[in-house]
Amino acid sequence: MQESKVKIKHFLAQFFGDHNLQDDEDIFSLGFVNSMFAMQLVLFIEKEFQVTIENEDLDLDNFKTINALVNLLKRKTAFLEA
Amino acid sequence: MKIELTPQQQEIKSEFRAFVDQEIIPCANRYDREEHTPPELIKKLAQKGYLGAVLPKANGGREMDAITYGILNEEIGRGCSSLRSLLTVHNMVSQALLKWGNNSQKEYWLSQLASGETIAAFALSEPNVGSDAKSIETTATISGNSYVLNGQKKWITYGQIADVFLVFAQWEGKPSAFLVEKDSPGLSVVPIHGMLGTRASMLAELHFNNCLIPQENLVCRQGFGFSHVASSALDAGRYSVGWGCIGIAQACLEACIQYTSERKQFDLYLKDHQLIRQMISEAIANIKAARLLCYQAGYLKDTGDPKSIVETSIAKYFASTMATKVANDAVQIHGGNGCSSEYSVQRYLRDAKIMEIIEGSTQIQQITIAESGYQEYMLSTKSSKKPQKLIARI
Repeated sequence: MQESKVKIKHFLAQFFGDHNLQDDEDIFSLGFVNSMFAMQLVLFIEKEFQVTIENEDLDLDNFKTINALVNLLKRKTAFLEA
Repeated sequence: MKIELTPQQQEIKSEFRAFVDQEIIPCANRYDREEHTPPELIKKLAQKGYLGAVLPKANGGREMDAITYGILNEEIGRGCSSLRSLLTVHNMVSQALLKWGNNSQKEYWLSQLASGETIAAFALSEPNVGSDAKSIETTATISGNSYVLNGQKKWITYGQIADVFLVFAQWEGKPSAFLVEKDSPGLSVVPIHGMLGTRASMLAELHFNNCLIPQENLVCRQGFGFSHVASSALDAGRYSVGWGCIGIAQACLEACIQYTSERKQFDLYLKDHQLIRQMISEAIANIKAARLLCYQAGYLKDTGDPKSIVETSIAKYFASTMATKVANDAVQIHGGNGCSSEYSVQRYLRDAKIMEIIEGSTQIQQITIAESGYQEYMLSTKSSKKPQKLIARI
């Protein structure tokens, strides 16, 4: 999961300029992301981690912070491995 | 790196081209004049599986890869941008449901959309809301087992004939997406006429006056209507439009090659005049460049790459502005004939102009592309320092 966190942070870094995004900071409220970001994030997660983001996953709490994204991945990959 | 169509893609391109040459081109100018697409033509499109182009075979679709779908849009666009825009909006809704619909919505709608039994349209724009799409004014409230919609949508492509609309409304202030069938109580469809271009695309206004829809018609979740449902649909739409613009430009080029090979002025064929050749060479180079951008976008779509979103925006921006330029030159080359409804180039120019406005205007694409460019540049200049800082913080 640490490796996942690094990958997520690297992906998100491109959207935040000089701002050092913290693990528990609300990605969507900082004002850096535009209307395309949500789809870019979905595609990144699906491609990088080979999971499918579905209707049921769409809860803002799953995408709000780096920690939330890592937790979402933990659940989805555990589900796949089960 | 190899940039070429597979033998299967080349073969299917021939199929598309033959269909367009036979079924669309002979009548496209008439459809434009009459502001009407005949249902028989839409049925033929459906019978070929083009309305189910991107849907899975399990749902009766043709499950085309992105490049093949792009080529389909180019060829249909070469024949008639109005008809290509039906492909665009119908597949926007199809793809949105495929990605974000729940299981029972997928089960109910996808096969109907694939077969063309149900025609879908995309309803986001409003009289007061275009580029500022998040500010939609249409509202949805809950009443018992139903949603109640109030408001208006405008410029809805094929709204006059669509059986179902993907409508975006504010539900408790959160943008949400809903399926609204054409016979929903409280919905009225008002045709729009007299548009500059894509005149056969049967635009409509939708008026929602306490329009009642079942609660199960919410697509995805409250608040995700714009960020996810509309965004993924608009991305699909931009891709389709980008390729459609290559079709417009290709049609212009082919018309000009023929016209300049047949008409003489000053005892020379037009094609032997250098300033004509200048416009032809610019058209050739720009069409090729646009096509490569669309190939790039399509390749990234097929690999699920997040970069596909911005690359699609770049492709649409370049292809649409290019198509307007090529069409403008095509009218110029044709002279007085280019201004006559007896020649198709005037239609291509009017249609190309529309492409610079729909699915995100040229200016919106420029804003998006520049923002993405700055982000990418900033990341690359900091990339040597970033990994150490990241690792130190974990």
